[in-house]
Amino acid sequence: MTSTSRLIPTGSQTVGPYFHIGLDALAQCAHQDMAGETVRIHGRVLDGNGSAVPDAMLEFWCSTPANDDAGRHCEFPIGFRRVATEVDGSFSVEMTKARAVPLDDGRMQAPHFLVLIFMRGLLRHLITRVYFAGEAGNVADPVLETIPIERRVTLIAQQKSDTAQTFEWNVVLQGAEETVFFAW
Amino acid sequence: MSEQGTVRIAPQGTQPEFHYPPYVSSIARSPRMPLALLAETMTERTGPVFGHRLIRPQDHDLTAQHEGDPLGERIYVHGRVLDEDGRPVCGALVEVWQANAAGRYRHKVDNHNAPLDPNFSGAGRILTDEKGYYIFKTIKPGAYPWGNHYNAWRPAHIHFSIFGAGILSRLVTQMYFPGDPLQPLDPIFNSIPDKAARNRLVSRLDMERSEPGTALAFKWDIVLRGHGDTPFEESSR
Ligand SMILES: [Fe+2]
Repeated sequence: MTSTSRLIPTGSQTVGPYFHIGLDALAQCAHQDMAGETVRIHGRVLDGNGSAVPDAMLEFWCSTPANDDAGRHCEFPIGFRRVATEVDGSFSVEMTKARAVPLDDGRMQAPHFLVLIFMRGLLRHLITRVYFAGEAGNVADPVLETIPIERRVTLIAQQKSDTAQTFEWNVVLQGAEETVFFAW
Repeated sequence: MSEQGTVRIAPQGTQPEFHYPPYVSSIARSPRMPLALLAETMTERTGPVFGHRLIRPQDHDLTAQHEGDPLGERIYVHGRVLDEDGRPVCGALVEVWQANAAGRYRHKVDNHNAPLDPNFSGAGRILTDEKGYYIFKTIKPGAYPWGNHYNAWRPAHIHFSIFGAGILSRLVTQMYFPGDPLQPLDPIFNSIPDKAARNRLVSRLDMERSEPGTALAFKWDIVLRGHGDTPFEESSR
């Protein structure tokens, strides 16, 4: 291989309807020793007809300092969660609260998770982000500010009045309320 | 770097479109608004690292997870996980799931009228070694019918999920078998426009790794996407 040639990344294919067979076991290792302040996000995944998507899988990621994972009994990464939707399209995930991470130029981003979405019908996964209502950093977040203001709301989980650290965030695959997804 | 880079876009035609009407389920589940460009920040450059203790030694042998042997052709499926520069990805988590030899999944929503195999669950996982190498022992999955269109059948395939270095390298895909006449008829396989890219989902028969008298082998290398730090250069292929 010459220095000018790069390999073409392998093509994506749908996760299909049977991913629970292969992808549940490991995800179940996650429910141990959660570090620090936690946050719960729940919501629903809806398709272009407004119907619930009962067979979606969501993966949440936030960057954590490498030493956060050191010396833990569970070797499941702290900043990662995988969750599947229920029959009614709902999901619920609890994890260590995302911290603010900087951009290359030093500007701070507001706390957020990167979210990957997989399901039957999606030939390649969707990439989005979820932020948290009430965070002061949202106003100046360098990623949010690239999104047209009327669509920014789709990336912000709303706080439920009953519990401080419970947020609601719906994923709308298509239509007027379509969630902002990122190109890859 | 003074200017913030954005997440790199896959080379034209090498990945499926989200909206691909021949695959009917994509119609209501694909976004229609323009996709936004995402700055590639620390969030995008990092990713989960899975420890060895999460994987049991037999997790990569799908023929040894029950009392008896599963029915079907025993096979090895093996290969390397590479990055775009051809370097091995060490410690990549590879998870697989598949139908049994009769084309039936052990899953509550699979109502295909083919028998379950009490000796086959159809799930496996492994971490790649320092050479990026993975290997599974399993049985060859059967083709199965599905509801996409009249008399639709999926070609034999194994589902793969892979985590490389950094969340952007994430890949979920399917591996196919050489010479399967159902491939040209399958809208999922055909959703990748570029023929060469599509055919890279097909493994090749590997007599060298086969085990005489016991199991054939199929070889399949996987290339994961990387970061946009290095400027993209056109492949010579
Ligand atoms: Fe399948």
